[in-house]
Amino acid sequence: MIPRHLVIAMAVLLLAALGLSIYAWHVRKTVVSPTAAAVDTRPLAPPVSGPVEGVVLYVAHDDDGTLRPVSAQIPMPSGRQQRSEELLRALVSLYLDKSSPHVLGAGSDIRSVFLIDPGVAVIDVNSAFADTHRSGILVEELTVVSLIHTISANTSGILRVKILVDGKERDTLAGHADLSAFYDVSAVNQLATQLQSGP
Amino acid sequence: MRWTKVNANPDHAAGSGNEPRRRFRSGQSRFRKVSALSAAGILLPAFLLWALVLSGAPAEKHLSIYSVAANYSLTLVPREGRDYVGLLEVLEPLGKVSSKFEGSRWRLRYNNVEGDFQVGKTRARVRDRDADLVGKFLVENGRGMVPVSSLASLLPRFLGGPVTLREDSGRLFIGNIATHFTASLAGENPPRLVFHFTAPVNPTIATEPGALRMTFSHDPVVAPASPTLTFGNKTIPSATYTESGGTAVVTVNATIPVIATFANDGRTITIVPTSAAAQNQSPNAPSTAASAQTVAAAPAAVPPALPIARRYFAIIDASHGGDDHGETLSSSLLEKDVTVALARSLRQELESRGITALVLRDSDANLSVDQRAVFANADHAAIYICMHAASSAHGVRVYTALLPYGEDDRGPFRSWTTAQHASLPLSQVAAAAVAGELQKRQIPVRTLSAPLRPLNNITGPAIAVEVAPQGSDVSQLTAPDYQQLITSAVATAIAASRDQLGAAP
Repeated sequence: MIPRHLVIAMAVLLLAALGLSIYAWHVRKTVVSPTAAAVDTRPLAPPVSGPVEGVVLYVAHDDDGTLRPVSAQIPMPSGRQQRSEELLRALVSLYLDKSSPHVLGAGSDIRSVFLIDPGVAVIDVNSAFADTHRSGILVEELTVVSLIHTISANTSGILRVKILVDGKERDTLAGHADLSAFYDVSAVNQLATQLQSGP
Repeated sequence: MRWTKVNANPDHAAGSGNEPRRRFRSGQSRFRKVSALSAAGILLPAFLLWALVLSGAPAEKHLSIYSVAANYSLTLVPREGRDYVGLLEVLEPLGKVSSKFEGSRWRLRYNNVEGDFQVGKTRARVRDRDADLVGKFLVENGRGMVPVSSLASLLPRFLGGPVTLREDSGRLFIGNIATHFTASLAGENPPRLVFHFTAPVNPTIATEPGALRMTFSHDPVVAPASPTLTFGNKTIPSATYTESGGTAVVTVNATIPVIATFANDGRTITIVPTSAAAQNQSPNAPSTAASAQTVAAAPAAVPPALPIARRYFAIIDASHGGDDHGETLSSSLLEKDVTVALARSLRQELESRGITALVLRDSDANLSVDQRAVFANADHAAIYICMHAASSAHGVRVYTALLPYGEDDRGPFRSWTTAQHASLPLSQVAAAAVAGELQKRQIPVRTLSAPLRPLNNITGPAIAVEVAPQGSDVSQLTAPDYQQLITSAVATAIAASRDQLGAAP
């Protein structure tokens, strides 16, 4: 016969295991839910303040596969890196509108832009940007060229650009556009000129 | 003394007459054991779960199939404790195949041979005779799957000829396709190890301290009489042959760095010490390797200026494949399926114009962009054409490489990321020719550069052709007439540029 205190000890251990399981489940839920929420809650207003400046955004148009310059007035912070981030966020916010000529998936965002001397820019997009992106050579190329040409046209001294997804290197944007190498800005600018001329 | 004894071993205190204390100590010991067991019972499953998560999925197995029509590789899936493969995928590159589902029956027709399979059964009927499948016939996502081990008896019924299955190494030879080789040592100082193959081969060469490894992924190379060859030389003492995972590997053991040179249209590979190779290439040294092509670890080695033996004028690459579906063009149409159809149509159009062409992915196989580039570079094809399909925009886009910001070439080796650099002008000529021909046929066309791999890794002329429907109806992409309209225009342009492309190194 099992002594009473052993039965009690076993019961206490089982209760502890059950309690820990419930606690672990609760903790997991609290960790998961803010991440999911973060994807959907993009800021409605620019998160930075600064004087409103005129910039040129190069906007992709899927219908005829072109890139067109669009003048915009956006508040720009003073720092060079922050300016680049706001510039690209303004471009992406255009694409998030359902009536946009080149729609990006919901939750797409620029996480950050790093400017490293001499002449290197690293654009870090979030995972929703790549995961929800439509697949196709032209449609992916338009996104990449739009980002790179916009940042290089408004920020001097950028020679090469690397695009990361969620802080990590990725082979392609959505199966076609290569993200594994550094983009040569002069070659991309030539392509942008070609894309502006239309079919 | 008694207290010391009790402390040393409580169970031995029975003779002390102190019964409650003995029982208490015995209970304490059992409690410790139960607690330890309980803790182990909780921790062990947790650890096993953790280890299972960390270990990840097992490595994929592949079956390499060699035949006169095509060499290709298929992914195997473990089911019912065996390796299974899609039967349709096995036969598709070899001839005309169709399949039909009727309840639990799956009917397969290969050329004029009919097979009848039943889900869950271990026997099938092929050519009105029973065939043993070794394991159950399975159907997944409309694909009829059979155990790999059944191919040895099943395929001869369909193909009407012998097949050799090497299940352990994942290799299947259809007909008398095997490439044999001999190895012999010529010369002592410096030694030269000469491999003679019965057919041209294109191995991937890798070097490491003390060895040079030749990996034959696409060639049906088979073992010599003995898997270990000894040469009795101090510099190159031996070579070994192994095969696994769908590839054959010949490892040459050497005490000093060695290099491989190709000659005789890829039928002869000579292994020599790097110092000897350098002497041969110096302007003052006699040119003993004048007609040889030197290959080292990097696959993007600069092609020699001498005439090159190429097996195919055009390499046609059906993009995506296997797990990579490409664009989902509609709920029932994937880009990878359209590209294969376009590639086959283009091969037919090229061959009808007297141009030898190979479809690089002629089945639903996984093929990385690096593998595609290595194959195209090794073959020295006059043009590499990569087929894509899209639902957006209209008509056809012809792309050349948008070269990334690359590293500088080093000596005879080109940077892998910008290997296309020297051939880009000729690629643009080919793209312009294709666009011109499409325009003549009233097909909307545009030429652009694109950051699309493996275009930038190809050492010869390379273009990508992205086909979209002329209107909004995506199903046009599967229409044979539309496919032929595009591919005949591409083939005509390639044929017209034949002299220009053929003259390229």
